[in-house]
Amino acid sequence: MQAAAEQAIKTTVGTPTVEAIIFFFFIVALTLAITYWAAKRTRTTKEFYAAGRSVSGLQNGFALSGDYMSAASFLGIAGLTSLKGYDGMIYAVGWLVGWPALMFLIAEPLRNLGKYTFADVVAFRLKQRPVRIASAIGGVITLLTYTIAQMVGSGSLIKLMFGIPYELAEIIVGAVMLAYVLFGGMIATTWVQIIKAVLLLFGVTLLTILVLAQFGFSPGELYSAVAAKYGQTALEPGSLVTSPIEAVSLGLALMFGLLGLPHILMRFYTVPDAKAARKSVLYATGFIGYFYCIIPIVGFGASVLVGRSVITGIDAGGNMAAPLLAELLGGTPFLGFIAAVAFATILAVVAGLTLAGASALSHDIYVNVVKHGEASEKEQVKVAKIATVIFGTCAVLLGILFKGQNVAYMVGLTFAIACSANFPALLLSIVWKKFTTQGAVWSILVGTAVSAGMIILSPTVWVDVLKNPQPIIGLRNPAIISMTLAFVAGWLVSLATQEKEAEAKFIDQKLRTYLGVGAE
Amino acid sequence: MAKSAEEMLSSREFRSLVSKRWTVSIILTALLFVVYYGYILLVAVDKPFLAQKVGESTTLGIPLGVLVIVLSWVLTVIYVIWANTSYDSEVKRLKEQL
Repeated sequence: MQAAAEQAIKTTVGTPTVEAIIFFFFIVALTLAITYWAAKRTRTTKEFYAAGRSVSGLQNGFALSGDYMSAASFLGIAGLTSLKGYDGMIYAVGWLVGWPALMFLIAEPLRNLGKYTFADVVAFRLKQRPVRIASAIGGVITLLTYTIAQMVGSGSLIKLMFGIPYELAEIIVGAVMLAYVLFGGMIATTWVQIIKAVLLLFGVTLLTILVLAQFGFSPGELYSAVAAKYGQTALEPGSLVTSPIEAVSLGLALMFGLLGLPHILMRFYTVPDAKAARKSVLYATGFIGYFYCIIPIVGFGASVLVGRSVITGIDAGGNMAAPLLAELLGGTPFLGFIAAVAFATILAVVAGLTLAGASALSHDIYVNVVKHGEASEKEQVKVAKIATVIFGTCAVLLGILFKGQNVAYMVGLTFAIACSANFPALLLSIVWKKFTTQGAVWSILVGTAVSAGMIILSPTVWVDVLKNPQPIIGLRNPAIISMTLAFVAGWLVSLATQEKEAEAKFIDQKLRTYLGVGAE
Repeated sequence: MAKSAEEMLSSREFRSLVSKRWTVSIILTALLFVVYYGYILLVAVDKPFLAQKVGESTTLGIPLGVLVIVLSWVLTVIYVIWANTSYDSEVKRLKEQL
């Protein structure tokens, strides 16, 4: 009886409604207008990469949350909670805990030491060329794997929500996103992130209020309804986390991976000083924490009100749980709003990734390696824009190339490489006087190779993607091993290769790290 | 009297500023570890504990999950309050000596 009632729910998910199209065009028009405004203020490299360092702590807090709260985490965690219950919540908690660590360990030194990219910090007193090349390898691989996950996810999501063909969706995302970055640089990208973060927080809050209103504003009643429909086990930890080593390893990747995500680290150069950097992390942690606290309510609400069979009937992964719930509670206008917000989310995240990728290619590789740091302002901006087009085009092509592939492992890969390749070298360069060029290069290379290699040999890729019967390595999350090895490599190689010049420059670095003397 | 960079670096005040900064950071990071890994290890090894009911159907795991998020944020608040009141004024004082 109940199942029949569920099947009877009609949905316009998958067909472009008038409301969705209006909201969609409104958001695109607004963001392009901002891009036009920002383009006039984007002439120098400092403006292109770092928004002229004029972003306030609160604005950057919104922008950081915008960069981090992707469509995958909004739709994915709501879907996971609706289908798997409590396990979705365990996942949500893990996504927040990197932020305090980012604040305690690197936020302020990163702001004081760098200019445009995290490689500026690693290369501060080491030999520019080898360190820049290694950092760019770690950074670009991290960005590319994350971009593939985002692009493949966005193509399928847009197809599900608007019924647009996958390839066309990829091209639309690529074109709009390139317009933001190419013409408006970091200023436009920052404002797109702010608008998206505000809309997303507003949409999810409204959805949560509408859910709770169905249960007399008592979460307890919502949980009782979940238990009545799917049994008490829906509110208990399930099979997501079983082995303690696996649990800790996943936790390490989520926590320290954040500290190695180039597009997040880059945002710290948009604020005027270390104090504003600190403030922006505080705001971002608040917004993101709030977001992950209420997302499970949306998921539980969808499982009771929409029903699991309807959700999986539209998408087996559960990604449409939140849009379906929005349609049920607020009709097609609310569905249109949520779909447009999800689309804006995709655009904003891919724009942030593209800008970070362009800065690694142009600022780190072209300007500092090819041109030995000698390039005119005009040339630098031109190269940055060429790099933007290259990275953006790659994003679209990779998105189309990976169509229909299982890319769930890509996000895991991103965080594993970020915490193993980028984070150890960054932290050691900030705190350890005897850290050397060779130490940095080996730490990055070992971190990249071990984390990527172990994921390929793990059940996630070796069995699930390559269809081999047995994994070569049983561990799904390599961070506990790969991150440790990256630290050990950086430490041992530095001990074996003394670098007097780098040690001498540590004086200047220390004054700049802790007092902000000479910070740009 | 202006200090040179070397004098500043070897001064007792600068060294205590740096060591204080890392002491605070490491204590807060350690607390974050206890909170988060404590939770995730509970999930891994003691599921029945989290499955206990604290309401009609609500399990202990639900408020605990929210608590982990809230405590993580509270730790960042503590850091910011410390940095705004103690660290910033010390930095300002030392910078004037340079």
